[in-house]
Amino acid sequence: MKVRVKSHWPPGHIRTPAYLRGKIGQIERRIGLFNNPEGTAYRQPGPQRELVRVRFRMAEIWGARAERGEDEIEVEIYSHWLEPV
Amino acid sequence: MPHDHHDHSHEGLSPSGHPYRADNDTDLSYWQVMEIALRELLIKKGHLTAAQIHAQVNAMDSRSPANGARVVARAWVDPEFKAALLDNAGEASRAMGFDIGPMHLIALENTDKVHNVVVCTLCSCYPRNLLGLPPDWYKSRAYRSRTVIEPRKVLSEFGLIIPEQMQVRVHDSTADMRYIVVPAQPEDSFGLSEGELVAWVTRDSMIGVSLPLAPQ
Repeated sequence: MKVRVKSHWPPGHIRTPAYLRGKIGQIERRIGLFNNPEGTAYRQPGPQRELVRVRFRMAEIWGARAERGEDEIEVEIYSHWLEPV
Repeated sequence: MPHDHHDHSHEGLSPSGHPYRADNDTDLSYWQVMEIALRELLIKKGHLTAAQIHAQVNAMDSRSPANGARVVARAWVDPEFKAALLDNAGEASRAMGFDIGPMHLIALENTDKVHNVVVCTLCSCYPRNLLGLPPDWYKSRAYRSRTVIEPRKVLSEFGLIIPEQMQVRVHDSTADMRYIVVPAQPEDSFGLSEGELVAWVTRDSMIGVSLPLAPQ
């Protein structure tokens, strides 16, 4: 399944790397529910979030600057950062 | 104290030829003061004892890459264990008897088509509960930023050239999972026992920046 990482830039303890925001990848696996560090870092209670591993092609992230476009990066992203494509 | 009064200099090298290291006589940093204050409060309020804290430090210091090497060596000789490891590396490591606490671990298998390498771009996440403390370079700004941009160049600086037709897969350890690479077993080591194979599995081969090596 194809997903896009939201291109949001909120302040705070964000575990979504900046270099992936706005980029499109494929879901590699769903890991389960985890506490959301954006809240727990400030002792704010909140719902758990699904954690998802997403696979990106280097070409999608770095464009023509990619060392080899077909190489890949896999990253854990909390589901509220993902939108369907 | 015999060293309070002496007439030799601490410049240059010692009589046995090693360089002197400066004493740590500088003021405590902000974070060092914070750590001491927090630790003393936890003890004073009865949440923890000094002995408990020391026991945890000791437990962490006693973890080493040798633990991971035993896991990888078993995966090389035992296909059932390897399947379990790739399915849930945390449970498989616990089943071998390693106390890895609540760590969630994913094992990444290197094949003749895919080479895996692990980085944490946001900080320095590392499977410490199995492999112990990470190497200093793993925490450096250069390794953390470059590995997602030019992994092949970074690996070449470790002496590892990945053939053009092979896939490089970088794993950015951003959240709750930790990662261990299961390197492919070198042909030269086929037929060896599990115990002998442990010595081939280096720390760096489980991060993905090198391959297993024949013991010297």
